[in-house]
Amino acid sequence: MENKYAIESNNLSIHYGSYTAVKDVSVKIQPQKITAIIGPSGCGKSTLLRALNRMNDFVPGCHVTGELLLQGQNLYGNQIDPVEVRRKIGMVFQKPNPFPKSIYENIAWGARINGFKGKMDELVEQSLRSAALWDEVKDKLQESAYALSGGQQQRLCIARTIAIQPEIILMDEPASALDPISTLRIEELMQELKKNYTIIIVTHNMQQAARASDFTAMMMIDDNRAGGVIEFDETKKIFTRPSDKRTEDYVTGRFG
Amino acid sequence: MKEETLNLKTLETQSFRQFDLKKKRRTGESIIQTLLFLAGILSIFVTIAIVYELGKEAMLFFNDPDVTLGKFFGTTKWQPGIGQYGIWALVSATLVTSFIAILISLPLGLASAIYLSEYASFKARSILKPILEILAGIPTVVYGYFALLFITPILKSIIGEQLQVYNMLSAGIVMGIMILPLISSMSEDALSAVPRSLREAAYAMGATKVETSLQVVLPAALSGIGAALIIGISRAVGETMIVAVAAGSGPNFSFNPLDAAETMTGHIARISGGDLSYNSIDYTSLFAIALMLFLLTLVLNLISQWIVNRFRERYE
Repeated sequence: MENKYAIESNNLSIHYGSYTAVKDVSVKIQPQKITAIIGPSGCGKSTLLRALNRMNDFVPGCHVTGELLLQGQNLYGNQIDPVEVRRKIGMVFQKPNPFPKSIYENIAWGARINGFKGKMDELVEQSLRSAALWDEVKDKLQESAYALSGGQQQRLCIARTIAIQPEIILMDEPASALDPISTLRIEELMQELKKNYTIIIVTHNMQQAARASDFTAMMMIDDNRAGGVIEFDETKKIFTRPSDKRTEDYVTGRFG
Repeated sequence: MKEETLNLKTLETQSFRQFDLKKKRRTGESIIQTLLFLAGILSIFVTIAIVYELGKEAMLFFNDPDVTLGKFFGTTKWQPGIGQYGIWALVSATLVTSFIAILISLPLGLASAIYLSEYASFKARSILKPILEILAGIPTVVYGYFALLFITPILKSIIGEQLQVYNMLSAGIVMGIMILPLISSMSEDALSAVPRSLREAAYAMGATKVETSLQVVLPAALSGIGAALIIGISRAVGETMIVAVAAGSGPNFSFNPLDAAETMTGHIARISGGDLSYNSIDYTSLFAIALMLFLLTLVLNLISQWIVNRFRERYE
């Protein structure tokens, strides 16, 4: 195998002005696995996730040091186009944010701007099927995406991300705004998707991390309020015999 | 431990205390409510009063045995003093100047709004916005002479002698410049109101800044931009001083922007400025023009509202 890891960071630090929000993260993410990032509020989970596809570029004063390697290319190198990075690393957000367009157009738009030349109808159907949404929306593709329920909207957001064929899908608490049944469907969907994609998910919900992920990164802030990954291992191990005392305290619910 | 028992006791005594859930008179609330209601009623009342007055006086005009609706809408010469009642002589100039004004102000206003809301740094915006707003504070008579003495000579050097000294083109262009800050500022508000999450969604799909601004943010902001367009059109149709100074004086049925022509507002301003005997046909005709102006604005508003509803993308 040429690239053993889907994405890999070396001493990745994220700064807002002079304040360091996330410090020295070095993780190697396995391809076609689900990696969960957990930790207490404010420890920089979302900040780290958004750094992975350069969404932090839009935050004024934010800059990143260290290395982030995708197929051997440093995503923060001078020659890298962030637009191209985001085409390879898609993102699903906390609150479903479909475009105020039709269901069909939500998927077709991304494909079109990414230069898709094939049969659009087929792509739309295939993406919706992959997101387990096709049967629910096939008769109303021209209706506004806002007519869908929250859980359906979130699956539509996943479908449109799949449509541009990324390598990695980032999910920022994708189920935190959803009811338990919708949450379960998203988790089932993740298991399907990992056959083809690498998934990195930030979650507040430890049960979710425990049941849905293969690997878990535990984050915590240090005395300077900088977040960092204190333990990164197989999910099984993190939740049964963590090597760090702080991880143990957190996953057993002693704090956080 | 001691404190806890103490707290519990207070709580117990509290729960047995009598309280009163009867309606209370809140004088402040009702005064403010009444004031707000009166303010609302007043604006509606004033509008109705204006329309009533317009209609009443315009009736005197239409009741004149010499005036028929056929002449009013069917002919193109306006000279009530000698029995010519073709309103189109005035409407044409209003339409031409307003069309030019919107042609100038809508694209420029939208472009500057997109720049300000999507591209400009915080610093650039804080400098540019006030400058743009200064444009809105210039008196329209100044704009009028700016059109006549500055823009017209420039146009003349480009277009040549076909351009008359007074012409609709230059008045329309300057009117566009006058409306520009209005359209720009209202559109910018609409664009800024589009949730950040939609922009993030677009960027996360690998969209460039242009794709995000034009294909996601702009359609989502269309209802606010439509409101800007509607107010812009109303301003253009109702604008008086610029056209009175620069477009020409004398009704002229023409759709050629190089010609001199008088708009409805310009005509009202000029005629009512002279000595006009009450109840003369010239006097009552002004109200007919004003009523027509009112209807024209209404129709244009309805049309733009329809267009906006047709194309807007509703978020929420």
